[in-house]
Amino acid sequence: MAVVDPRGLRPSHTFPAHVLAEIHRAADQGVYEIRGFGTKRPLPGFDDLVFLGASMSRYPLEGYRERCDTGVTLGTRFASRPIELKIPITIAGMSFGALGANAKEAIGRACTAMGTSSTTGDGGMTEEERQSSETLVYQVLPSRYGMNPDDLRRADAIEIVVGQGAKPGGGGVLLGQKITERVAGMRDLPEGIDQRSACRHPDWTGPDDLAIKIQELREITGWEKPVYVKIGASRPTYDVALAVKAGADVIVLDGMQGGTAATQDVFIEHVGIPTLPALRQAVEALQALDVHREVQLVVSGGIRSGADVAKALAMGADAVSIGSAAMVALGCNKAVHVEDYQAIGTEPGYCHHCHTGRCPVGVTTQDPVLEARLRPEQGARWLRNYLTAMILELQTIARANGKSHVLNLEPEDMAALTVEAAAMAGIPLAGTSWIPGKG
Amino acid sequence: MNTVSLSLTSVRELNEQLRGAPDAGSAPGWRVTDPKGAHAVAAGLTGHVQVQIDGHVGYYCAGMNQHAAITVDGHCGTGVAENMMSGIVRIRGNASQSAGASGHGGMLVIEGNAGPRCGISMKGIDIVVGGKTGHMSGFMAQSGNLVICGDAGHDLGDSIYEAVIYVGGSAASLGADCVEKEMTPKHRSRLQDLLSRAGMERDLDRFRRFGSARKLYHFHVDHADSY
Ligand code: SF4
Repeated sequence: MAVVDPRGLRPSHTFPAHVLAEIHRAADQGVYEIRGFGTKRPLPGFDDLVFLGASMSRYPLEGYRERCDTGVTLGTRFASRPIELKIPITIAGMSFGALGANAKEAIGRACTAMGTSSTTGDGGMTEEERQSSETLVYQVLPSRYGMNPDDLRRADAIEIVVGQGAKPGGGGVLLGQKITERVAGMRDLPEGIDQRSACRHPDWTGPDDLAIKIQELREITGWEKPVYVKIGASRPTYDVALAVKAGADVIVLDGMQGGTAATQDVFIEHVGIPTLPALRQAVEALQALDVHREVQLVVSGGIRSGADVAKALAMGADAVSIGSAAMVALGCNKAVHVEDYQAIGTEPGYCHHCHTGRCPVGVTTQDPVLEARLRPEQGARWLRNYLTAMILELQTIARANGKSHVLNLEPEDMAALTVEAAAMAGIPLAGTSWIPGKG
Repeated sequence: MNTVSLSLTSVRELNEQLRGAPDAGSAPGWRVTDPKGAHAVAAGLTGHVQVQIDGHVGYYCAGMNQHAAITVDGHCGTGVAENMMSGIVRIRGNASQSAGASGHGGMLVIEGNAGPRCGISMKGIDIVVGGKTGHMSGFMAQSGNLVICGDAGHDLGDSIYEAVIYVGGSAASLGADCVEKEMTPKHRSRLQDLLSRAGMERDLDRFRRFGSARKLYHFHVDHADSY
C-alpha cells in the first residue's frame, strides 16, 4: 500500500539521489569516477523502431519451413581471404586483462560453434583464444600492448581501432588491481600499476597516414586478411568516408551504448552519439561513395536481441557486434553470489564494477577464485544458446517481412515510434510518411 | 648480392622475395635501389637476411622486423622499424617522427637526427640516435633503452614507464613524470655496450640518465595537475 508522506518530501529533479551521491563521492575523493559497463542514461535506440510485417503488398515466409539465410561475408574489397560468417552477429574486442582467460575461452568456443568471429583486445592475443576461436580478429590498438607480427599473421582479420563508442577520443584504462603478472608480462609493464593506454596511435595520425599504415599491415600479412577500421560514433559521416578512402575493407562502428571495462563515467555518459543516428549517417556515407555492401559495415553499441540485430541490418548494417550482451550471457549481473556484489558496493542488476577486478561471476577478473566461477564449457554453452535465440528471433522478423535472407531487410520494413527516433534513424514516424528533416 | 630496383619491381614483390629469402649465413645479401620514398619497404621480414637500401624510404621501412639486418643509406619517413621485434636496423641519414615506435626488441640505429616521438611507446627495443631527437621522444616508453647522443627536444620521456633514456647533449625540457637519475657504473657500462653495438664512439662523461619518477603509476589526487 502506498504511503502518503504527510511532510510532502519531494526529491529534486536536478539533484536526484545518484547525483547527490556522486557529488558526495567526488568531494570525498577529488577524482572522477571510473567504472565499467556502458551508458546508463535513457537514449533513443532500437526499441523506438518497429517492423511493419507483411500484408497485402508483401508476402511473408513460413515461420519454420522456408529458408531464411543468415550468412555474411566480410572483407570482400581488397583482401584475398575474406571472412565467411554463418551468422551476422560477431563478438566485439574485449581484452584479456579486462576479461579473464576463462571468459575469453568461452567466447572463442561459442563463436566457433556458431560460425562467427571473436576479437582480441588491448593486451594482445592469448594462446587460449587463438586455440578456441576458429575465426579471430586481431586488434591493432594505440597502446600496441602485446602487438606481435606472428599473431598478426595467424589472425583471420585485422581491426585497426581508432575509437570506441563508450569513449570516442579516449584511451583505455586498466586499474592496477587487475594487472597480474601474466597481464603485466603481455603488456611489458610492471605488475600492479594503473595502465592508461594511449588514445592516439604512436605512428600515424589522420586518414592519409592511415592509408599508408593499412598498406604496411597488408604487406606484412601478404594482402590476405581483411582490414577493419573501428570507430567510435562521433562524426560517422566524415569518419566512415575517411576510413573508406584510407582503404578499409570493413568499417566497425561502435555507438555510445557500447561498453567498456573501465572508463571515466563522464566520458561514458557525455561523449559520442547513440548507435541509431550513427548507423544512419554511416550508411549514408557509404551510399554517397557508392560502396555500401562493398565495404561492409559492422555496428555495435546496445545490441541485445534478435530484434535489435534485425533493425540494425534493416538500416543497412552488414553485421552487428556484441560485447556487453555477451558478458551478460556469461553471467554478468546475474543474481548469484549476491554477497560478493554487495562487498563491492552494488547489487545484481546494477553492477558496473568491471574496473575493480572483483567480478562476482568471474567474467571480468583475474582472481583465480572468482574466475573459477565461470567454467569455459558452461560459458560457451550459455553464449551459444543466447546467440541461437537471437538468430531465431532475427529470422522470425525477417520471414515476417518476407525476406529469404536477413540482409534483405530494409528501412521500408520499419516505422519509428518517436519523433526523435524518426529523425535519427531516418525512418518515418509510425502512421505517417514523415521523417523529420526530410520534408 | 641480389639487387632489386624499385623502379622495376613493386614493393609487394620485393617484400615477398625478401620474406622467402634463405638466411644470410649461406646466402648473399640484398641490395635495393631506387626506393624513391616508397612506403613499407622491407616491412615484416622474418629471416636473418641482410638488406641494404640505397636511397630514401617513406613510412614504416623495416616495420615489425624480425631477425633481419637492414641498412638504409639515406633518410627515412615516419615510423621506421615500428614495432620491431628483433634484428638490427641502421639509418645512415635522418629519421622522421615515431622512429622505433612500440618496438619490442632488436636495435635501431639512427646515425643522423630523429624527429619527434622517437621511441614512443617503446617496449624493449634499444634505440641509438647519433644526433638530436625531436619533441616528445620516449613518450610512454615502457622498456628498453633510448640513447640520444645529441640534444633532446621538449617533453622528453613524458609519462615514461621503465625505459631508460641517456642523453649526451641537453634536454630542452622533461615531460610529466620524467626525472634525471644517477649515472651509476652499471648504467655507464650498459651505455658503453649500447654505443659499441651501434658502432658509435662517444665520451661517456657527457651522458646523463633519465627515467620515471613513478609518481603517475597510480592515480593520486595530489598529482592531478600532472595529468
Ligand atoms: S557482474 Fe562482472 S562483468 Fe558484470 S558489470 Fe559486474 S563486474 Fe562487470
